Amino acid sequence: MMTKTTFKLNLGPQHPSTHGVLRLLLELDGEKIISCEPDVGYLHRGMEKMAEQMSYIQYLPTVDRIDYLAGFFYSELLCRIVENAMEVELPDKVRAIRVMLLELNRISSHLLWVGAFLMDLGAVSPFFYAFREREMILRYFEKISGQRMMYNYFVFGGVRHDIGFLEDVEEIISILPGKIDDYEKIITENPIFIRRTVEKGILQKEMALNNGITGVNLRASGVDFDLRFEDSLYRGFDIKTIVLDGKDSFARYKARILEMRESIKIVAQALEYLKKSGSLEQRLINPINLKLPEGDYFADIEAPRGTASCFVRSYGDKNPYRLKWRTGSYYSVNLLRKLLAGEYLNDAIAIAGSLDIILPEVDK
Amino acid sequence: MNYLYFLYIEFLQKHNIPQLFGDITFYFIPFCIIAAALLVVVIVLVLVERKFLGFFTQRKGPNRVGWWGLLQTIADALKLLCKENITPDKADKFLFNLAPILVFVPMFAALGVIPYSSEFTFINTSTNVILYLILAAFPVLSIFLAGWASNNKYSLFGAARCIAQVLSYELPMTFVILSVAVLASSLNLTEITLAQTSKYGAFGWFALPCILGFVIMFICMLAELNRCPFDLPEAESELICGYNTEYSGMRFAIFYLSEYAMMFANAMFLAILFLGGYLSPFGKYFFSAGPFVYFEQAFWLFLKAAVLIFIMIWIRAALPRLAIYDLLKFSWVILLPLSIINLFAAVLIKFGGAIWAA
Repeated sequence: MMTKTTFKLNLGPQHPSTHGVLRLLLELDGEKIISCEPDVGYLHRGMEKMAEQMSYIQYLPTVDRIDYLAGFFYSELLCRIVENAMEVELPDKVRAIRVMLLELNRISSHLLWVGAFLMDLGAVSPFFYAFREREMILRYFEKISGQRMMYNYFVFGGVRHDIGFLEDVEEIISILPGKIDDYEKIITENPIFIRRTVEKGILQKEMALNNGITGVNLRASGVDFDLRFEDSLYRGFDIKTIVLDGKDSFARYKARILEMRESIKIVAQALEYLKKSGSLEQRLINPINLKLPEGDYFADIEAPRGTASCFVRSYGDKNPYRLKWRTGSYYSVNLLRKLLAGEYLNDAIAIAGSLDIILPEVDK
Repeated sequence: MNYLYFLYIEFLQKHNIPQLFGDITFYFIPFCIIAAALLVVVIVLVLVERKFLGFFTQRKGPNRVGWWGLLQTIADALKLLCKENITPDKADKFLFNLAPILVFVPMFAALGVIPYSSEFTFINTSTNVILYLILAAFPVLSIFLAGWASNNKYSLFGAARCIAQVLSYELPMTFVILSVAVLASSLNLTEITLAQTSKYGAFGWFALPCILGFVIMFICMLAELNRCPFDLPEAESELICGYNTEYSGMRFAIFYLSEYAMMFANAMFLAILFLGGYLSPFGKYFFSAGPFVYFEQAFWLFLKAAVLIFIMIWIRAALPRLAIYDLLKFSWVILLPLSIINLFAAVLIKFGGAIWAA
């Protein structure tokens, strides 16, 4: 009689390396994964339904919480929806402020990913090094917005206060490249790291495109797709996108490291402009009794974890009839189903880590 | 040992206690000393590791309880003592409770085998090395018991990984130990230590002719101790806590502390095999006579062990974890052939002249 040799393992929702509350239902044969069933929704807060009962300005502070590591991107999206609907064009200084903060936010998000990924691989120290640098950025965010993570700094048609403390940004962008060099020294050339990432979790171009993967994960699979080029916010900025052809975990790591270096350059450009610019002129939209004209509105942006977009259907009320978020991580989670099958358990953790999944963004 | 024995008997006779009493009790005293010393060592080691990891990762480490955080481990141990020992409902309760006991008992015995100084070996047999190896492999059995009895899949994974890992790393380790035995012509740890005596101090150590063996042995020891980068049995990012996932309170503390005790014992064992044990690295002792020389010998042994432990902590701060298949491959494909080469090299060094002459 044949005996059953596979068994089910419930990885999560409380597990140190699921980056939140992801539940993976694994079928294992020894340490080898036969199939993987991601189960999401443990962090569902009803962000979309909530919008239907709130006015736009009431909803604005909550959107930072969709992705608490990259809050600026989501407030930028909601602001953009309203600005597009009210046909407001942002002045250059507001654009520069927003670009600088978005790119700093992207760096801080990638820094956290570097630490968490290495933690998944079992290295403790890079986590602390990455947090040390992230701390500088968060300190700056706290100075300008009063919050370390939930900034609520962008408002419809501008920003809440004029930007300040530019010397802090200067310090950050002068220190960071050296620190990233340090990471590369202790991580990129580490033979164990290379053994555990190169040729692991290969994401083919077609598979990535068919599964709606965007952002760094897609670019590390050799697809040149970066929304920042078409973005009116980034108009006038010199942007270089990182496209690597490695397709594996190592390429995704390398792409994030290189993207941080590029983001530093964008921050430097914005900083250059801000230092020369005069006083802040804004086209603020009065949020009281704000009603979007009837119609469908859509905005998208290149967030750290892939394309984030927002769709609003308005019937001309104070609150949207329907609001929908599209986030990059949601599609990465779905990809686990295909990427993890046939891998060993400890590789599976590394591959899942390399996709940069963040659960609040998935569950919304 | 005779020196201490006579001191003890002399002391008893002064107080008119029959010698028979001394004969019986003498062999229990060392283990009381070990038990007391072990507790201190483990408490210091845990603190030192946390402090060093703190320095490596730009933190302060524990610094709240006591000056420089000195009492932190004691506070932790007290906290764990007070916590409830939870036994899972569907666990094999007898084995679940037995495992922490089994992990601690061989540790005491293993520490008794070590020659701390020329007069201070509690268990001195002609094949000390073999005895130590057997005792040092015992915790693996209890780790497997813990993993099996917990009735938890993560624990079982940890246990299975531990067995696979230790089985494949014992083999190169044994070959390396054989090469040391060849060089010293003995399996007794005291004689191995004395075989490394030279008037040039450190130049007589077996680490020089057997540098390859020393490195292999160090790597195997890391694997045996489940230390990073071989910490797969308790890989917290994969298996939550590995074999001790279900343990709580003092039972968990026993696993935790025994890990450090084993680390200390293995570091001393390595120091004895390759770094001249209790011999001074300068060829002569600072104290020429009396009981002080024994303390100095113990000091050198502890210092060598401390350096090895520091390297282990350093490695933990620096490296990510290996994958399980790489780990096994590394042992069977790289370490095992190298350790055999090392054995041949040792034989050639020892008997090369004689073979040439014949």
